[in-house]
Amino acid sequence: MSDVNSAIDAVWRIESAKVIASLARITGDVGLAEDLAQDALLAALEKWPQQGIPDNPGAWLMATAKHRAIDMHRRSKLLERKHEEMVPELEERQELSVSDLDTALDDDIGDDLLRLMFTACHPVLSTDARVAMTLRMLGGLTTDEIARAFLVPEPTVAQRIVRAKRTLSEARVPFEVPRGTDRDDRLSSVLGVLYLIFNEGYSATAGDDWIRPALCEDAMRLGRILAELAPNEPEVHGLIALMEIQASRLRARTGPKGEPILLLDQDRGRWDRLLIRRGLAALDRAERLGGERGPYVLQAAIAACHARARTAEETDWERIVALYDALAELTPSPIVELNRAVAVSFAYGPATALELVDGLQSEPSLKNYHLLPSVRGDLLMKLKRFGEAKPEFERAASMTRNSRERALLLERMRACELEIQPETNRVSNN
Amino acid sequence: MRFMTIYTDVERDTPPSQEEIEAMGNLIGEMSNAGVLIRTDGLQHSKRGARVHITDDGKFSITDGPFTESKEVVGGYAIIEVASKAEAIEWTKRFLKVVGRGTSEIRLMHEQAAFDVDPAQPSLHNTANRA
Repeated sequence: MSDVNSAIDAVWRIESAKVIASLARITGDVGLAEDLAQDALLAALEKWPQQGIPDNPGAWLMATAKHRAIDMHRRSKLLERKHEEMVPELEERQELSVSDLDTALDDDIGDDLLRLMFTACHPVLSTDARVAMTLRMLGGLTTDEIARAFLVPEPTVAQRIVRAKRTLSEARVPFEVPRGTDRDDRLSSVLGVLYLIFNEGYSATAGDDWIRPALCEDAMRLGRILAELAPNEPEVHGLIALMEIQASRLRARTGPKGEPILLLDQDRGRWDRLLIRRGLAALDRAERLGGERGPYVLQAAIAACHARARTAEETDWERIVALYDALAELTPSPIVELNRAVAVSFAYGPATALELVDGLQSEPSLKNYHLLPSVRGDLLMKLKRFGEAKPEFERAASMTRNSRERALLLERMRACELEIQPETNRVSNN
Repeated sequence: MRFMTIYTDVERDTPPSQEEIEAMGNLIGEMSNAGVLIRTDGLQHSKRGARVHITDDGKFSITDGPFTESKEVVGGYAIIEVASKAEAIEWTKRFLKVVGRGTSEIRLMHEQAAFDVDPAQPSLHNTANRA
């Protein structure tokens, strides 16, 4: 890519969401707004390599897109006259002069960005569509980049976006920030989409296209934008805290040969202190806003317990158990219960935890979840019940799809075997 | 991608004007709103600093500021998280436009993350990590 093209790319990353958001408010149609913004981008790609990058590239993009909007508006008015349709309501809406458009574009951009976030994550859209729309409209990613990041063919993503725009338009989704009781649900949809993007990046592996791990940064960036737009929502800060604290461990979670390093075995010196500090500050901000703690604040608080402990031994497991209690009450799920059981094992011993895990054995949603036997095996091993632990590790190994983890589990299985043999010898000797 | 941008310029000992403070405040606000600014600060005059050097035979030499022998000194830094070097350059251009002089060096920080584990598959010890 030429220097000019990569500069255009950079400007697009920075400016596109603002351009789209402004145009969406004027046209009332997110899809149309995005098309107009794309037109402006094409114009830039055509003109900038020859004329040079303008002094204020963002303003240039905005002005160009605005002119397209005005052109289109005039054309549609012409069409309207031809059809001699006078729908008063529509007319009122379209009775925009050029100066109106100017004022509209110069209004507070923040509100428009917030509207755009809520619209891109609207519940009429499927989760996949929400993710694609968010990355495309707010993250400034291209369809191709989204496709590469999510390991799907490009046409799939392109189609997803086309359909999403149509759905929003057909459902007449208003371009607004939801109020009242609706707001909480809609906000959790936005947060859910951002966390999903983050997790997709977090699960990237070494051989992956760089664009996959970059999703973590995309999600954090969008989270920070959201935090500036909705500064009084504790869950927004909770999500940022959760993402930043988790991202702080990215470097420490694999060894030199790419082998996984478990949280308690990680070299805490490799944790990213800058992200931890930011994460803890975001959590603090969330907690100072008060109110009942939501799921993201609680999960961030758990992550913070680990971040605050200088060594694994210093971990405040009792506090972690208490936080899991609150999380289980708020969002009950067998996975939360299983995590809670692990915390209980550190706080109150493996026997207590084993009782909890045994209570989850018949849970249908955990039937194929390798962590259930893995955790149970670990607890049994700690209780020196190696004969029972061994088949648990074996079962867990057969269930995981991650080869490195399978190796780890089989290793633990063999460790149990070694412990069992002397026992059997003792029995036969007697 | 995390970059550090290091700003250098001929050192001056006059405090920034109200307009300069305001313009910089606006830019910092814009960068925060865009979610790219991780940290930034300006540095005080070098007369309040020092240079510490270790010689080949392991001895230290300490020179108190101001660093009169240097034509330009570091005046501030920012840590930004952006999608590309081109984006870092674009933000830096906006910064330099506000200050109107000097040079910014853009350096990719060494935060090479290890993306090797599938965290959706945590094992006993890192289950708490994920929640």
